[in-house]
Amino acid sequence: MIAALFFYLFSALAVASAVMVISSRNPVHSVLFLILCFFNAAGLFILMGAEFLAMILVVVYVGAVAVLFLFVVMMLDVDFVELRQGMLNYLPVGATIGLIVLVELALVVGSWAIDPASVSAHAAPAPSDVTNTEALGRILYTQYIFYFQTAGLVLLVAMVGAIVLTLRHKVGVKRQDINVQVARNPASAMEVVKVKSGQGI
Amino acid sequence: MVIGLSHYLTVAAILFTIGIFGIFLNRKNVIVILMSIELMLLAVNINLVAFSTAMNDLVGQVFALLVLTVAAGEAAIGLAILVTYFRNRGSIAVEDINLMKG
Repeated sequence: MIAALFFYLFSALAVASAVMVISSRNPVHSVLFLILCFFNAAGLFILMGAEFLAMILVVVYVGAVAVLFLFVVMMLDVDFVELRQGMLNYLPVGATIGLIVLVELALVVGSWAIDPASVSAHAAPAPSDVTNTEALGRILYTQYIFYFQTAGLVLLVAMVGAIVLTLRHKVGVKRQDINVQVARNPASAMEVVKVKSGQGI
Repeated sequence: MVIGLSHYLTVAAILFTIGIFGIFLNRKNVIVILMSIELMLLAVNINLVAFSTAMNDLVGQVFALLVLTVAAGEAAIGLAILVTYFRNRGSIAVEDINLMKG
C-alpha cells in the first residue's frame, strides 16, 4: 500500500517536472526541473529494488550532467526569449507526433505478453541473499567486464573530445615553455656590456 | 493494489513521449533539445530496470548502467559542441546551423 502510494507520488512528480522541463520559460528553471525529474526517477528505481542505479542516477545526472547543463546555460549569453518565438507554430505538429507515439507505446504496453519459456531463462539471475550493489558488482566485474571496460573507454573518448573541442589557444598570450627555459644558458641569455663612466648605454 | 511492470512501463512511455514532444516544442533551442534527449534516455532506463526487476534478471541493470554512461558522454560532447558553435557564430538557434546546406 505504502509502496503504491510512493509509486504514484514519484511518477506524478517525475511526469510533472518533465512537462515543466520542456515548457518552462527560463532554461535555468528547465535544468532545475530536470534535476527534480531525475530525483523522482531515482525514487522509482529504489522502489524497483535497483538501489545502486538510483544512487548512480543521482550522482551522475544530478551531480555531473545537470551541473554541466547549468554551467552552459549560464555561460552562453543567449537571448532565450527570442529562441522561444514561434513555439506555438510547432505545437500542433509536436502534439500530433507525440500523440501518435503515445498511442503506439500504449498499444505495445497493452498487448505484450512474456513468453513463459523465457521467464525461467535467466542470463544473470538476481541473488536474493546479497544487496543489489554487491550482486551487480559480482556480474559486472566478471561476466560483463568487457562491456564495463568499453563504457570506461567511451567516457575517456568523451572527455578527450570535450577538452579538444573547447580548448582554445589565444594568440598573443605568453605561455611558459619548459624546453626553452631549460635550454637557456649564460651565452644565450646574458650579454656583458662595458659601460663607460658618465655615458650610460 | 499492486504496482507491477505495466505501471512502470506506462510512466516510462509518458516520459518518452514528453521527451519527443519537447524536441518539437523547442525547435530553436538546442539546450532544451538536449534535455529532452536526456528525458528519453531516462525513460529507456526506467524500462530496462522495470524489466530487470520483473524478470528477476540483473542484466537489465547492467545495460541501464551502460546507457547511463553513453548518456553522460553524449551530454558532455553535445554541450562542448554547443559552446564551440556559440563561440564561432554567436548564436545557438537551430535554424542558423545550416552552413553545410544539409
